[in-house]
Amino acid sequence: MTTPHPHSPTLLKPVKPVGIVGYGAYVPRYRLPAKEVARVWTGGKGGLPIKEKAVPGLDEDVITMSIEAARNAMLRAQIDPTELRAVWVGSESHPYAVKPTSTLVAEAIGAVPNTQAADWEFACKAGTEALVAAMGLVGSGMGHYAMAIGMDTAQGKPGDALEYTAGAGGGAFILGPAEESLAIINASYSYVTDTPDFWRRENQKYPEHGMRFTGEPAYFKHITEAATHLMEASGTTAKDYKWAVFHQPNTKFAQRVSGQLGFSPEQIEPGLLVPVIGNTYAGAAMIGLTATLDIAQPGDRILVVSFGSGAGSDAFDILVTDAAPLRAGLATKTQEYISRRTEIDYAMYVRYRGKLQMK
Amino acid sequence: MSEVIIAGIGQTEVGEHWEIGLRELAIAAIQDAVRDSGGLKPQALFVGNMLAPNLSNQAHLGALLADYAGLTGIEAVTIEAAGASGGAALRQGYLAVASGMVDVALVVGVEKFTDKIGAGVDAALATTSDSDFEAVQGMTLAAQAALLMKRYMHEYNVPKDGFAGFALTAHANGANNPCAMFRKAIKPETYTKAEMVSEPLNMFDIAPNADGAAAVVLTRRDLLPKDFPHPLVRIAGSASSSDTLALHDRKDMLYFDTAQISAGKAMKQAGIVLDQVSFFEYHDAFSIYAALSLEAVGFAIKGRGWKLAEDGEISLNRKISCATMGGMKARGFPGGAAGVYQAVEAAIQLRGQAEASQVTGAKIALIQSLGGPASTAVSHIFERFEA
Amino acid sequence: MEIPRHWRLKQQRYSLVGEVCPHCDHKIFPPRDICPNCGDEAKELFTFSGKGEVYSYTKIYEAPTGFDANAPYTVALVKLEEGPIITAQLTDLDSTPVEIGMPVEMVTRKMRNDGDERGIIVYGYKFRLRT
Repeated sequence: MTTPHPHSPTLLKPVKPVGIVGYGAYVPRYRLPAKEVARVWTGGKGGLPIKEKAVPGLDEDVITMSIEAARNAMLRAQIDPTELRAVWVGSESHPYAVKPTSTLVAEAIGAVPNTQAADWEFACKAGTEALVAAMGLVGSGMGHYAMAIGMDTAQGKPGDALEYTAGAGGGAFILGPAEESLAIINASYSYVTDTPDFWRRENQKYPEHGMRFTGEPAYFKHITEAATHLMEASGTTAKDYKWAVFHQPNTKFAQRVSGQLGFSPEQIEPGLLVPVIGNTYAGAAMIGLTATLDIAQPGDRILVVSFGSGAGSDAFDILVTDAAPLRAGLATKTQEYISRRTEIDYAMYVRYRGKLQMK
Repeated sequence: MSEVIIAGIGQTEVGEHWEIGLRELAIAAIQDAVRDSGGLKPQALFVGNMLAPNLSNQAHLGALLADYAGLTGIEAVTIEAAGASGGAALRQGYLAVASGMVDVALVVGVEKFTDKIGAGVDAALATTSDSDFEAVQGMTLAAQAALLMKRYMHEYNVPKDGFAGFALTAHANGANNPCAMFRKAIKPETYTKAEMVSEPLNMFDIAPNADGAAAVVLTRRDLLPKDFPHPLVRIAGSASSSDTLALHDRKDMLYFDTAQISAGKAMKQAGIVLDQVSFFEYHDAFSIYAALSLEAVGFAIKGRGWKLAEDGEISLNRKISCATMGGMKARGFPGGAAGVYQAVEAAIQLRGQAEASQVTGAKIALIQSLGGPASTAVSHIFERFEA
Repeated sequence: MEIPRHWRLKQQRYSLVGEVCPHCDHKIFPPRDICPNCGDEAKELFTFSGKGEVYSYTKIYEAPTGFDANAPYTVALVKLEEGPIITAQLTDLDSTPVEIGMPVEMVTRKMRNDGDERGIIVYGYKFRLRT
């Protein structure tokens, strides 16, 4: 149990130790190079925030992508889907405004009907929100297993800075008792304030953002606060972690925030996917973690810090167990998805993302 | 059982009849057939139609057409078996007269494709496949035939233009049919260069959907008018058979069981063997169907139906004359009317009135109407006989 | 709207739930409650692995209503490892030419809208090449 203290961070720590028993990633196969966006909108002038981003096919959305990630998580967990007491999906791009993504995903993996199902929304940290809640459900003993998914087919206005990076992909995690897990989640910590750095109003197709305001007061402030408080409370420093994963709206932000927190480029390397799949919004920290778990060895400690606009960060202190290497091999790895690659041009991208006015 | 005579025949040109509605089209064929029969008074009307409820938003064609034909009061119903609707309606007319329950039966096949335009027509046609497990995949009937053709070509090592013979034969014969949609022979290059629709199926492997109506009047021999002017043609055999709707549910999709079963039963009833058949009106909605029908009926062994066409053996007065008036490919495919067109065309041949398309000494016809990839097959044996 | 029809079929569509015959162990898809092999009653549910190979295929350029937004697309007959053949679209194809015999695996994808973009989204099985 945690002891509240006015001057120290308040860790979220379950009563019963909780861990990751299964995880799965998904990245659609189409890639739009950033230089292709630049070709169309800036005549090729200016630096590029990433190399390329993943684009979903015509028949894909957050539901289909979540199903595939969830199936991969089930393959690694090797549990009966009817034992899941929650299927939660965090996203900014749920296909329906009203009608849950989660019930369909739960149906597809055979988890219905004796389960909780809900869609989560908190900009880019909707996925880790679900993860924290799953820790609570399992850690309290309310349920043996719970699934949390972060998945997005991110939106960016044509020509906007976000269009270079708004990618598609994410990860699914099944949480259960620590003793069954491939990685134990020691604790999490959440840091939120009302900070309007990025938003999308009801019925608007594309989000708006505060440009440079999205940096220091939003992304950097929340991530560093969350990470610092979690590490202080856990008695750790950057050196105690083999790997770290930060929310990654572009390559530079993720590199800079990790440096500020004392992490080396090597520590963030396996989980830094934004250069090749783009910013997968609610999926970003989640899929950074799946890619890291794919290569992690027993005893490795991993720091994960998400960021969601509006704004907040969830930080996790994770310890990899002996079960990880074996289970990593039970489903398609994150890098295998990334290597399935079909490059498309801007015109095809416009068609795939439904940006053509058809009526 | 009574002997059933084809007393009257009627047909409209097959084509895009923008200016003519479903009922007018049917009535034109009905009037022709009744006139041709010497003014017999039908007691029952069997309408063969595939898609009017969808294409024309019109169901209940029996009552509608009886009314417009001036036959209000008689028994009138629609028979639907997808592309075999015409053959199935003919069989109902045959059964009614053969049983003695009806003295004069009128069978009309009618389809009005052009009431709907665009992708909705393909969607309507797809409803005749397994809606839950085929059509939901965006399947079209052409694609279904393409899947069959692809597998066939794979299994039997058929060369790229191996199916050209079907289109060449059909168009050569259609040239002489005043009711055909296409009345021009084609060159082999036309097939070779044809636009691909669904690989390996090209434009010339597909019969064109078109509007049309055909009708026959059936009666017993003793009820024919005294001065009946035509040579007598009787229905000597009639049989129908059904198979799985979905292609994927077949034990062997490269063998049209229903075509074999229905043709075999009809021939048995007629007391004939295959060698006695003067010509075969197969259901060439797609050229692969024609090949598989030739094999199922017994004109070719399995995997060699296409070769019969390639070798010209299905041309007029060769080994077995097929599609003698153009078949579906050149005459056009008027859906639920197709099977009745076959009946009309067979009667013309057996009466010896086919002129340039005449099969020499035509005495016995086998006509076969298929619904989907032979999910239904209705076969009839028509026979010319001397009074 | 055809909500009830799509809803009723969701297990088949999302996860290839068919049947297995308790008498002869024949695997059945789509489910039909009567074993096509031995003719006995077969209502026991069986979830297929989703692995199979291309039995035949073709490409559709002019799609029927409801599918036009995705044209051109490839449909195939897929022979499942457990025996049955099913009709399904192939998806995520790149420049690799499809061939008969290629190994494929099931994925759940968007099939169409029920009606227009205001209707429900119909999800179901498609297959992609297995690497």
